[in-house]
Amino acid sequence: MKQADSNTLDDLDRRIVQCTQAGLPLVPQPYRQIADQLGSTTEIVMARMQRMLDAGIIRRIGAVPNHYTLGFRGNGMSVWDVDDDLVVEYGRRIGELEFVSHSYRRPRYLPEWRYNLFAMVHGKDREEVMDKVNRIAAMLGQDNRAHEVLFSTRILKKTGLRIGQS
Amino acid sequence: MDETDRAIINRLQDSFPIADRPYLQAAGELGIPEEELIRRLQAMLENKQLSRFGPLYHAERLGGGLSLCAIRVPENEFERVNEQVNSFPEVAHNYARDHEFSMWFVLATETPQRIDSVIREIEQSTGYRVYNMPKEEEFFVGLKFEV
Repeated sequence: MKQADSNTLDDLDRRIVQCTQAGLPLVPQPYRQIADQLGSTTEIVMARMQRMLDAGIIRRIGAVPNHYTLGFRGNGMSVWDVDDDLVVEYGRRIGELEFVSHSYRRPRYLPEWRYNLFAMVHGKDREEVMDKVNRIAAMLGQDNRAHEVLFSTRILKKTGLRIGQS
Repeated sequence: MDETDRAIINRLQDSFPIADRPYLQAAGELGIPEEELIRRLQAMLENKQLSRFGPLYHAERLGGGLSLCAIRVPENEFERVNEQVNSFPEVAHNYARDHEFSMWFVLATETPQRIDSVIREIEQSTGYRVYNMPKEEEFFVGLKFEV
C-alpha cells in the first residue's frame, strides 16, 4: 500500500481536512468559504484539494448516498475462500459489480476463519442480496472453495471516523 | 424523491468540481439552476438520503491506522462485551452479525502502530481474542450506486 503521501500533509492540509470531512459548505462559493475560515485564499485551498485528490488522499468529491434510507436495507458482508493466487483477479472482478460497494483482501485465521476475500453486497432485502451473492458464486465457479454471508442484526456503535486530528 | 434528485445522486457521486462556482458548474450539467441544486442537496442531507456531501478522505493516507476486527462472542456475554468494546474511543463502528464471529468493529487510530496496542487492551478488557482483519488489498470502493 502506498504511504508516501501521508507525511507530506502540512498544517494547512490538515486544517482543510478537518474543515471539510463533515461536508462541503452548501453555498455558491464553498472553497472560498473554507479559505475565509482558515485565513487562506480560494486559489490556495482549491490547489491543495486538487493535490490531495491527485495523490489519492481525497478518494473523490461528491454525494455519499445513504444506502439504508434509499431502500437498500439488506446489506450483507459476503466472505469468500479463494486461492491466494486468484484472489487479486477475483477481487477486481467482484469489485466491478454494480451491487458491490467494497471489495477487500483480508487475512485468514485457520482453522476458525478461512475467508480471504470480503465483498459488501447491497440489495433491497436479504433475498435480493442472496440472489446477488449467488451471481458472484456462479462467477467464481469451482474456484469458490466456500462462502458465507454475514448480515448485520444491529448497529452497536456508529461515530464516523475522526481523521486528520493528529 | 423525484427524477432530478435521482439524477443528482447518480451523477454527483464523483468528480464534483474544484472551481470557484462548483455548484453552478454541476447544476449546468444537470440542467437545473445553481440554487436548486444547493436546495436539493440540503434537503437530501436533512432527510438522510445522503449521508454526506463533500470530499471523501482516504484514512490511511492521512497517516492514521484503520482496521476491521471481529470477536466470537457467545450470546450470553454479548451485552457485557459490547459495552466494553464500545467504551474505546478508537472503535468507530460496531455491528452485530448473525454468525459465530458475532461482533465486527472498525478501529480508527491516530497512527498505524496504535492498532495493535488497542487490540491488546480490548482483549484484556473483554477476555476474548480479537481477530485483526486489516485490508491487505483494496480492489474497489464503490461509487456507482444507482437509484
